[in-house]
This record gives sequence, C-alpha cells and structure tokens, in this order.
Amino acid sequence: MDRRIRILIGKPGLDGHDRGAKYIARSLRDAGMEVIYTGIRQTPEAIANAAIQEDVDFIGLSLLSGAHNYLFPEVARLLNEKGATDIILFGGGVIPEEDIPDLKKAGFKAIFTPGTAASEVIDFIQNEFQSG
Amino acid sequence: MAQIRQGLNLLPAEIEGFITDVRESRPRGLARVLSMVENGHPLSSMILHSLYNPDRQGKTIGVTGPPGAGKSTLVNLLIEYWRNLNRQVGVIAVDPSSPFSGGALLGDRVRMQTHASDPGVFIRSMGSRGHLGGLSGATRDALEVLTAASYDPVLVETVGVGQAEVEVASLADITLLVLVPGLGDEVQTMKAGIMEIADVIVLNKADRPGIEQLETAVNASLEFMNDDAARPSVIRCSAQTGEGIDYLTCAVDTMLSSEVVGQDNAKRRTTLILNGIIREKGSDIAKKLISEKYGSITGAIEKVLSGETTPYMIGEMFSGFLEGIQEKDNGSKQN
Repeated sequence: MDRRIRILIGKPGLDGHDRGAKYIARSLRDAGMEVIYTGIRQTPEAIANAAIQEDVDFIGLSLLSGAHNYLFPEVARLLNEKGATDIILFGGGVIPEEDIPDLKKAGFKAIFTPGTAASEVIDFIQNEFQSG
Repeated sequence: MAQIRQGLNLLPAEIEGFITDVRESRPRGLARVLSMVENGHPLSSMILHSLYNPDRQGKTIGVTGPPGAGKSTLVNLLIEYWRNLNRQVGVIAVDPSSPFSGGALLGDRVRMQTHASDPGVFIRSMGSRGHLGGLSGATRDALEVLTAASYDPVLVETVGVGQAEVEVASLADITLLVLVPGLGDEVQTMKAGIMEIADVIVLNKADRPGIEQLETAVNASLEFMNDDAARPSVIRCSAQTGEGIDYLTCAVDTMLSSEVVGQDNAKRRTTLILNGIIREKGSDIAKKLISEKYGSITGAIEKVLSGETTPYMIGEMFSGFLEGIQEKDNGSKQN
C-alpha cells in the first residue's frame, strides 16, 4: 500500500493574503504530503465539498481578516452535516489568543499563530496521523 | 459479463458496500474508493473487478499540453458547458509528485472554483507518484470508478507535459492537446509524439501575440499526415475570455457522439489496463525474486558494488526463472 497524508489547505472568506497558506502548502509538500491547494475566497461549503471529494486526512484553514470566529466553525459544522467528522481540522493566521478556546471547542485540533515554524505544523500533522 | 456478475455474489459485504457507494455516486464512499484504488488497497482489485464494464457508455476526455497552457481554466469552461446540459461531470486532475519527498502540490482546483460547491461536479486531484507519461499509475482505474459512478463525461487533465507523454490518448475516448503561442518555432510542431495523438488541437490564449504563427505552423504540420488518417480539428480559443469555446464544445460533442470514436475505444482501453497490470505484477514478481536471493534491492546493489555480480547478471537470473517455468510446462504436457 502506498498511503500518503492528504491535506487540503484553503482560505475561506474574502481575505486575499495567501502567503502564509502557500508557505505552509509548500512546506507540507516538501515533508512528503499531498497538498490540495484550493486558493483564496472559498466558501465554507466549497471547502467542505472539496475535502470530501479529495478524501483528505486534514484541513488547514488560513485567515488573516478576523472572520475566523464565523468561518472556521462553519466549515466544522458542514463537515459534521456531511458525516466527515474524521477529518482533522487545524487553523492559522492572525487569531487572537482569546478566540482559540472557542475554535478548539468547535472542533479545531490546533491553531497556529504568526511566528510558528513550519516544522511545528508538520510535527502536529505527523503525530495526529500516527495516533489516528 | 455473466461470469463477472456471478462473481459479484461471492464478494464480502464490505466490498458490496463500496460498490453501492460508487454506483449511487455517494461522495464520501466514492472518494474513499478512489483513495483505495490510488493507494493499492488490498480490496481495490476486487472493487475494480466488479465495476469494470468494457461497454460502458460514459465518455472520457483527455486534456493535455505544456505547463501553464491553460488546461485547468479550459476544463473549468468545459465543465460549465456540460453542467448547463444537466450532465454530471467528473474530473481527474493530475499534478507531479516530488521525486525527492514524494509530496505534491495539487493546485488544479484553484482554476475550477466556479464549480466547487456544485454537487453535480466531482473533482479529484492526484499526484503522479513517480509514474511517467503525464498521468499517475492509478488514473486509469480512477477513470473506471468515476464512469461507473455515472459521471459523463469524465475529463482527465494530465500533468503539464512536453513532447512524448502520449498515454492519455490510449486512455481517453478523445484527447485535446492545448497549445499556446511563444513556446518554439514550427520545428516543434513537426516532431513525433504528442502532436500525433490529438483529436482536437486547441490553440489557447488566442488573445496573445504569436497566435497566427502558431496556427500556421500547426496546420502546416498536419499537411504531412497520411490522407487516410483522421485529421485533428484545430480550434483557436481563449479560456480567459471565453472566445472560441463554442466552436470547441461543438467539435468535442460531434466527435463524442460519432460512431467511429466508440468502436475501438473499449479494446484500446482494455489493452492499456491489461498492459499496466502485467507491468505492475511483473515488477512485483521480479522484486520478490530479488528479495529471495539478495534480501532486498539495496542488498542486490551492494553485491554489484562489491563486484560479485552485475545488474545484467541479475537480469539473466530472471530469464533463467522464465526458462524454468517453460520447462515445467513442457514437462507437464509430455506427461
């Protein structure tokens, strides 16, 4: 069997700052993962649909605009509705510390804030993948 | 076919569940089956065995061409055309895997966002995973799965290709070759390989300078074709502005519905699939023989480096193995 970790990296909402998302996508590629990059300005519906069609193990969402408290949980809700609760969610971007507990409650396993090393994200994914 | 149907009754319930998921095109189960096929899951052969239908009606279209030629953008417009006709459209988009890390950045969806939340469109990205020829090893099987799930047509977008990646033409019912201005002089269009396999040559980015020269060069190279060979249509368009797309969809539809296209396809596709399986199984058997004799491929390389043997001698070992089988066959016939 040739099983590789598949991850969707997407940017929900109207935020066009995609440097962080692209940097992470590229780093995960170099760590041997298959990264589906969906680009900017995605609806939560589009992200959930793509994740299911692509049969990903993880979804990483990046947002710098401040709309994370609505958009992140919405993706989690749609995945729930579609019976895809086994997909592990993580997020990143400009996320205030005080918002993180609620995002975790909504189903996000980890939130990475500015300054996070790519290796930290890779370790998180590999650990989750092995324990899952 | 009757025997295959009979075989279906003997399958474990688990496999039947997956087959139902595919036949009823349930997104989650269908996506799972595609992963199983891609990863070479132990159950995948039996699933494909049950789904395979050489006479299937669903059409498949290959889209190939150099990197950045606009293949994904063009696929996006083609999806729209068939969605307006209420057809369920499938897409398999292949991007290259890294030869070093094995990872891949699968980015074709970025250009297909118009259809991201449309349940009538199923898009699957695949890494080439070391397979040469512009596709991944499992693309042929993924295509069988998506057609069995009633997606019609299914488009296969290859890796950005150069000159010799012609495998898609054996796989798909028709093949579009997307070319753009500015990639070389007319000698490029005279070369053997990819120029010979297209059913439709799409001259994309027709709003860019150099389109006239490209069209002249392509038409000139087609002049040399044998009179009895089917000539590809040459269509100018711009996937960006949508100009010329009507001509393209019209040409593709005419071709897909023509009797001639349907005739050889089942045979061509089956040949490709069987050849692929022979190659994979042959390679498995060879690896097993190597492991038995040297422990592993690395072990065999060590023996070569230490001067005990050569790669060619190892090759001879396989020939000896084959002769052994033949002798056994002859022996059993004589008895």
